[in-house]
Amino acid sequence: MAVTEIEAGPSALERLSHPRALIALGLLMWLPLMSYVMGGTALGPAADYILLPAIPATLLLYVLGVRAFRESRVAVIGLTLVFFWLLAAVAAPYLPLLDPNKPIAPFVTPLSEKRDVFFWLGTDFKGRDMLSRMIWGCQRVIVWGVSATFVAYVVGALFGLISGYLSGWWDEIISFVANVLLSFPVMVLFIVILNYLGPSGFNIVVAVTFASAPAIMRIVRGLTLDIKTRDYVFAAQTRGEHPLYIMIVELLPNVRGPIIVDACLRLGYTTVAITTLTFLGLGLQPPDPDWGLMIRESAKTAMLWKFSYMLLVPALAVSSLILGFNLMADGLREMSLRD
Amino acid sequence: MLKLILRRLLQMLLIMAVASLLLFAIFDTPEFKKRLAVQELGGFAVSALTEESYNAWLAEKGLDVPFHTRYLNWVGDILQGDMGFSYEKNRPVGPLLLDRLANTGILAFFVFALMIPLSLVLGILAGMKEGSAQDRTISFLSVFTTSIPEIATAILLTVVLSLGLGWLPAKSAMINGFSFRELLLPVLTLVIYDFGYVARMTRASMAEVMTSQYIRTAVLKGLPYRRVVMKHALRNALIAPFTLIVLQLNWLLSGVVVVEVFFEYDGFGKLLLEAALFPDVEVVQACTLVAVAVAVLSQIISDIGYTFLNPRIRFA
Repeated sequence: MAVTEIEAGPSALERLSHPRALIALGLLMWLPLMSYVMGGTALGPAADYILLPAIPATLLLYVLGVRAFRESRVAVIGLTLVFFWLLAAVAAPYLPLLDPNKPIAPFVTPLSEKRDVFFWLGTDFKGRDMLSRMIWGCQRVIVWGVSATFVAYVVGALFGLISGYLSGWWDEIISFVANVLLSFPVMVLFIVILNYLGPSGFNIVVAVTFASAPAIMRIVRGLTLDIKTRDYVFAAQTRGEHPLYIMIVELLPNVRGPIIVDACLRLGYTTVAITTLTFLGLGLQPPDPDWGLMIRESAKTAMLWKFSYMLLVPALAVSSLILGFNLMADGLREMSLRD
Repeated sequence: MLKLILRRLLQMLLIMAVASLLLFAIFDTPEFKKRLAVQELGGFAVSALTEESYNAWLAEKGLDVPFHTRYLNWVGDILQGDMGFSYEKNRPVGPLLLDRLANTGILAFFVFALMIPLSLVLGILAGMKEGSAQDRTISFLSVFTTSIPEIATAILLTVVLSLGLGWLPAKSAMINGFSFRELLLPVLTLVIYDFGYVARMTRASMAEVMTSQYIRTAVLKGLPYRRVVMKHALRNALIAPFTLIVLQLNWLLSGVVVVEVFFEYDGFGKLLLEAALFPDVEVVQACTLVAVAVAVLSQIISDIGYTFLNPRIRFA
């Protein structure tokens, strides 16, 4: 659902002290995590060390983020929730956890001991440790969720810029295609696309792009229409710059602020979508731990009060991550409105 | 007004045509045809078929004619009410889909009956005094409930109300006929997830109206506050939420999938998912077309309703 209260203009994020350092840190955290999750066994022995530099990068990013967001308590709470899971994702291999895929003893309730192992959150119906499955489970949701949102943004922003800046036939065609895609209810579109392509992480990226890019395109188009009459755009046109240059260099940086708020919200939606699709059997596939899979497997076996922890643990985990994204978006919007 | 309606209807037809073309094209690959053959003749029979007899089968099913002819035949069949055959359920798709849509309709009716008053009242209470404790409490509550995905809400409600307290049945399969108690958990799940969004938009609309000149005039004239809100503010503040509520119908069609699957309620969403996993191509196509039609129609109703309710646009 699109945010209606978005306006072009500077955002709170623009007051960040060292944007380049932030981007570098972000990449230092993100690239290892992405290659760790997407690379799988192709990484070989490097897999043991690749996430080590990401841990300090994550912590440092968190500190910088809290400093930038200190005006808004809501945003700091959201940031904390999100970074808790990010840290869990990058640190999972180095934490003293049991193997998330190894069956030990089935149906052990939380906070009890069995076979000389203490289980904080119990074990599932196959006897796998819930705590380690919960922590490992956030890796795939975060990596695929962020990648899917990123690709959707690249596609949506590109078409939005073209549609808003070039107008005319380009605009007509792009807007019509967006209207057609938007007329599919989101989950129906997901099901049709994944039914056609088959369930996998990469196909989720494709499906999310088809579902989200039209909405992003509309937002970017609106913002572009608003700022394309500004003087600096005329100046660039008079200099004889190529339209592509104007779109990327002059327009794109100036629609950045409002887009970031929307991106936080959309990260939340994408996380919901991935978890839901995995629960429905159309998303990520077993055996690696994932919150949606944990719900899917337990919904068949754990419909008893005594075993309800098997459903509650992944449900609360995914809710806290999404709440984090939404609170961040709320805080950011509040801060940008105050300026 | 009439011109607007006609233009929107034309747009809807165009969108439906393109959507149906897309839908037909992606399920028109040789692979899906082969699957259809397997479903109709059985896997063993198909593997024993020669090239020639497979082609004969294609010809008999009318699958060997050019793409556009097949598409037109397909659309013609659907317009005549023949939506194909479900191999999984062993029934024609038309009646099957109607059954399930009726079930989802019952669900949707109760969701709207609960969600609309709840979200409007909360949104108005919050928007009446922007920034007050009342406003912040309601706003936080609505962000919070909207942040919990339906699947998590469904789990929390099931664990507490059904597994823990034993008040309600955990599944809504309706094996012994319709039962309102079984319907309650899915309805609650959908309401809890959705009311926050509508409440927030109502709040924004209400807050905007409350800061306008004519409300200030009314208050300064000494009219009772209650009357200012009820007679002056609400009229304007409720236009935006109206369009939004109609659009929730579109949202509901994606929201029901996970809820119906989780609670095993035999509705539209469960049918679509089962068909997609089986795969029952004709059911998937029919369900998707219906969903798109409902979505586009609700969009038109909301647009026309907005124009009709808002005199500033109506007479512009």
